[in-house]
Amino acid sequence: MKNLPLLFMGIFFCLAFSFSGLILSSMIQYGHLEPVTEFVNHPDTGEQIPGAFIEIGDKLVQGVNQPDEQTFPIESVGLAQQGKQTYINMGCLYCHSQQVRRKGFGADYERGWGDRQTVPRDYILQQRVLLGTSRTGPDLMSIGMRQPSAEWHYLHLYNPQFTSPGSIMPPFRFLFETRKIGDAPSPDALKIPDGFPAEKPPAGYEIVPTDRGRELVAYLLSLKLNYELPESRFSE
Amino acid sequence: MSPLLSFFSSIDPRPKPGVPLKVQLSQIDREMRVPIVLFVVSAILWLQAGTVFALIASIKLHNPEFLGNVEWLTFGRARSAHLNAMAFGWGNNAIFAVSLWIMARLCKVSVKHGGLLVVAGAFWNVGVTAGVIGILTGGLTSVEWLEMPPQVAPLLAISFILVAVWGVIMFRYRALGHVYVSQWYILGALFWFPWLYVIAQTMILWLPARGTVQAITNWWFGHNVLGLWLTPMGLASIYYFLPKVLGRPIHSYYLSVLGFWSLALFYNWAGVHHLIGGPIPVWLVSAGIVGSIMMVIPVVVTAINHHMTAAGNWRAVWCSPTLRFIVFGGMSYTLASLAGSAMALRDINVITHFTQFTVGHAHHGVYAFFTMTMFGGIYFMMPRILNREWPSAALIRTHFWCAAIGITIMLVVLHAGGWIQGEMMTALDADGKPKYAFLEIVTALVPWLFSRSISGMLLSIGHLAFLVNFFWMLAGRKGDQDGPTLLADPNEEDVR
Ligand code: HEC
Ligand code: HEM
Repeated sequence: MKNLPLLFMGIFFCLAFSFSGLILSSMIQYGHLEPVTEFVNHPDTGEQIPGAFIEIGDKLVQGVNQPDEQTFPIESVGLAQQGKQTYINMGCLYCHSQQVRRKGFGADYERGWGDRQTVPRDYILQQRVLLGTSRTGPDLMSIGMRQPSAEWHYLHLYNPQFTSPGSIMPPFRFLFETRKIGDAPSPDALKIPDGFPAEKPPAGYEIVPTDRGRELVAYLLSLKLNYELPESRFSE
Repeated sequence: MSPLLSFFSSIDPRPKPGVPLKVQLSQIDREMRVPIVLFVVSAILWLQAGTVFALIASIKLHNPEFLGNVEWLTFGRARSAHLNAMAFGWGNNAIFAVSLWIMARLCKVSVKHGGLLVVAGAFWNVGVTAGVIGILTGGLTSVEWLEMPPQVAPLLAISFILVAVWGVIMFRYRALGHVYVSQWYILGALFWFPWLYVIAQTMILWLPARGTVQAITNWWFGHNVLGLWLTPMGLASIYYFLPKVLGRPIHSYYLSVLGFWSLALFYNWAGVHHLIGGPIPVWLVSAGIVGSIMMVIPVVVTAINHHMTAAGNWRAVWCSPTLRFIVFGGMSYTLASLAGSAMALRDINVITHFTQFTVGHAHHGVYAFFTMTMFGGIYFMMPRILNREWPSAALIRTHFWCAAIGITIMLVVLHAGGWIQGEMMTALDADGKPKYAFLEIVTALVPWLFSRSISGMLLSIGHLAFLVNFFWMLAGRKGDQDGPTLLADPNEEDVR
């Protein structure tokens, strides 16, 4: 083959083809998804019905959203948003996914990782989407519902062996500090289990989460899949 | 002449007319010595750095307290430092060296102003160093294959283009006549990589696209780094070195055309198979699966072409250090790609996705195929660049056996362990409840992860042997014998 322009055109169009087919077309197809309310009001009766569309007779009619209603998904803000930064730069993603596959495809539902499949709309408010491709640890899409106790998360992050003996999750002790107890012990000081005498702080000292630790746990607790979307309802 | 014009005429790398081919080639080798040595030295040093990070990450996976209190070496960071040191440090430097050299030889031109190439290459390495340090100190982005802090991207993109442009210049001034298949692959890859990189960097980190469009862009990029960057460069090397060392032409021109264009057409689409079952439209997943299955065509075509070229010359393959590595790489390409197509099928993917099986597959492609061919290329190229033989056949043999046995063990344990992990993860009992608690799966996986660390140590020994042999050669030690350093005596048996 000697025809340089032809070779070049071929090289160019092959990649342009997949770029348009995969990326541009998905931007066009769902790049403009908006949050929705979980319930819409029936246009005639005003009755609250889950989902964005209502069947009236044999027609699908869009319901009416009320302006001050909560829309979904919810944007994580404040502490949780900062905690996401720690989640990102510690690389939790390399062991934990944040996506739930549909019931019947894998055992995500049976493992209690989510009551429904996650869909594109669940992620539209996230600056950085953290789907993940590894499940060395469990999926965390709904960890805030499965494990709502901050105390548990602090202990687990400090040393996963406290709560999950045999775990291969690394300890994140650097998200905590050991400090002298002030006037009274802090409410969120870690209660190290008795089986781990070596981990206990010296007398008069306590182990408390740093700001980064607190933010990270706030983020984990904010991860919930407790709302339905019109295109993805709870299974059963 | 205006300065611009005189610059342009000064980059014209064509040799003076009337110089015999042998002289031309050795002239090319001499003119490319400095940049190539720089790239190979950097590549080998990155290989060692990447190996250290790999061992740290690997040991942490079965022994989480290992360096457990060092924040900047926590698993996520050590692992990402490993990937980036290997892919962009070792991989890219090796590619720059081998592919530019192949390009120069096939075009029968060389690099004028090699100094500029050296500067661009130095900046590339500064960029990767800054990126890896950034990952370790808190700049990790958690975007797979784009882990480096976005601030280093402009530096990397610019220095990449300044390196790649020499490949295009050589092609532009090539000697007239037939264009060989290696040249298409190199030209294509030099053009594809910056496009992929700039788009992905922009759409994910600088101006993030909405929702999971990011994920699609991410895997379009991530998979194409393998498919349109490492793979074409690996194939270009096989296509060049196999016939070169054997001294016979490639089996079929038409098969190589078919292989090239079908790869260029289908590989692009395959990346979405990393999102099967994920929150993206189903038709996109189907497109990804179709692309992945169609990859069987280029793979089988290329395999036939390579096999028919080598067939009947196995003794020569065994004696030549270059060919041992190259042929190992070529066979791995076929196996890894066919396995990849199978992994894209929904029924198999539901087990293997999210497990160590994927990591095994990644090393199948990136180590057993790509890295092995680059080793082979460097073994062939350096004696010609430096005008010296490799000092020690024993060290080459050590390198080969550690690499071959090490990677084989790693692939077996990761595929087996990953499959078991996936089966346990999805198994349901009669009541429709998960059969195994999560911690049981973790416990079952640990022995496999431990074996991976053992295989990694074997690989590290090989990498050290490579390092020692290379710097020994660079330092000027001559081989013991007059001829080239071979791994077996070619006259022992009839060369069939
Ligand atoms: C080396 C892989 C690895 C890394 C990195 C990792 N984890 Fe884990 N994680 C695990 C494993 C394995 C488990 C399951 C056993 C356990 O509970 O410790 C787990 C469990 C969890 C759980 C409990 C899930 C449940 O369903 O009970 C949470 C929460 C969690 N990890 C959060 C994190 C956060 C936050 C980070 C980053 C700061 C992180 N993990 C990093 C491997 C990892
Ligand atoms: C010394 C031998 C090596 C060892 C012990 C090793 C070990 C590892 C480990 C532990 C991981 C992380 C797996 C996980 O996230 O669960 C990994 C990932 C990876 N390594 Fe290596 N590695 C080695 C050599 C290489 C080489 C030479 C390359 C490339 C040229 C490479 C490329 C990769 C890639 C691309 C990944 C990401 C895989 C994925 O996420 O699926 N590795 N490696």
